[in-house]
Amino acid sequence: MAFDRRDFLKVSAGVAGAASLGTLAGCAGTGDAPAVANARPKIVIVGAGFGGSTCARYLKLWEPKIEVTVIEPNSVFTSCPFSNTVLEGINNMEDITFAYDNIKKVVDNWVQDTVTGIDTARRTVKTAGGKTFAYDRLVLAGGIELLFDKVQGYNEETQKTIMHAWKAGPQTATLRKQLEAMPDGGTFVMSVPMAPYRCPPGPYERSCTVASYFKKAKPKSKIIILDGNPDIASKKGLFLAAWKKHFGFGTANSMIDYRPNNMPRSVDPKKMMVGTEFDDVKGDVINVVPPMRAAAICEMAGVRTDSSGTWCPIDFRTFESLTVKNVHILGDSTLTNFPKSGSVANNTAKMAASAIVEMVNGREPDAAPVVTNTCYSATGQGTAFHVATVFRYQAAKKADDGKVTPASMVAQKGGGVSKEESELEFAYMDAWAKNVWADTLGLPDTYNFTIKG
Amino acid sequence: MKKTLAFTLLFAGALGAVASAQAVDIRARFMAANCAYCHGPDGKSRGAIPSLAGLEKAYFVEQMKAFRDGTRPATVMQKHAMGYTDAEYEAMGAWFAAIK
Repeated sequence: MAFDRRDFLKVSAGVAGAASLGTLAGCAGTGDAPAVANARPKIVIVGAGFGGSTCARYLKLWEPKIEVTVIEPNSVFTSCPFSNTVLEGINNMEDITFAYDNIKKVVDNWVQDTVTGIDTARRTVKTAGGKTFAYDRLVLAGGIELLFDKVQGYNEETQKTIMHAWKAGPQTATLRKQLEAMPDGGTFVMSVPMAPYRCPPGPYERSCTVASYFKKAKPKSKIIILDGNPDIASKKGLFLAAWKKHFGFGTANSMIDYRPNNMPRSVDPKKMMVGTEFDDVKGDVINVVPPMRAAAICEMAGVRTDSSGTWCPIDFRTFESLTVKNVHILGDSTLTNFPKSGSVANNTAKMAASAIVEMVNGREPDAAPVVTNTCYSATGQGTAFHVATVFRYQAAKKADDGKVTPASMVAQKGGGVSKEESELEFAYMDAWAKNVWADTLGLPDTYNFTIKG
Repeated sequence: MKKTLAFTLLFAGALGAVASAQAVDIRARFMAANCAYCHGPDGKSRGAIPSLAGLEKAYFVEQMKAFRDGTRPATVMQKHAMGYTDAEYEAMGAWFAAIK
């Protein structure tokens, strides 16, 4: 096997038992042998977004003896939450971009590289840089893979003109530049993918922040929303109210033209056209978010195993794959009834970390965890609103007739959305962002945040 | 399965001392960590949302009950308070009270 000799020596130096050595060398044989709990269990985390970074930080916090390796291709963390305010022009990329300096200091190995192969039988991960890492448990936190080939014409060349901006970073910056360059009276065409997708309220928030920019700078401009869903997929009443209150929705002068059941089928960057089942829609700036599925690393590990091969089914107590042992999946890649939000990725990463700590110590993880989501959306008008839910684990049940109800996370009574948008909630949204960034990346108390509201 | 059991026994023997010495309430620890994405790591907030670190346990529990029954008005907190039990308020309250 291609196992890095130096890594092996480095690892074995810190290991006591012969059984441990066997596992680390990949000689234990079967993939379903229990993770050999040893003096220094090795956890490899792939991806350092809200899920991966949080998991890394809390593993070290709660069980310092765990050797944590993080493999992340990007040199910096760019936050999807608040990236819509960059499109509005009230924040810059720097305000939502963070160095990994603090989290790097907490973990044992930080590797800036791309994973190219995962062997779940030998429990090794290979990278483009030619390295191999052995693990006792693997954590996959790769977010989403965008399926450009599901939209005709959305090839690499087209992707230079048409942004998705659904992974914050250079795409966000380019889309902002395109909006700035658009003449007053222009049309911005944006899309909403079919649920489930990353950040359910995100596209509707985007329509609000871009409309807010247009209202200030280009008041004759229009926004056409091509929504693949039959209706507004998140916080419907609140977004409708915001569109009416601020952007004339429902009147002849509405800045926003909302079109449900209009999934983009094709894009043409030369004609600047988006094709749906019904017609061709022309835009001066086009922003199409293609369909998505769990990150490609999940396929490498064979854990993208729901009926359509799209998302990763997991045990809700541990976030371990239901099909491959010792592989945990976090955040947007998972098949759950949680919204695919930064809060959920952050929070469930701690849930997984807590379970992993118990498991590597040979103890049972919490049998009935309780976990939450809170997600704010901005209107672009100095206000915001939220959705909040508490979920509790419910074990699988077998009825008298033999019918099995699978285990689930049950949304508790009382959860739901804001009564109305408010400035207070925007202040809370601002605080939420700072706190979730601090919690995820281990930012010090003195960290100087620069986002503006 | 046999293998797992054998392993567990072996393991329990090896690290039994460590396991039994464990005094951390992992449920409370995780539930408190649940709060961090809004209230800050260790309940130390970096913004307009209040900090939870160092609050007296009785005060914490009282506030959670007030959020739940609506006597303390809130935006988000009634939704969270309704999802936890009284015993969980106590556990989280004890956790935050211990943070300096």
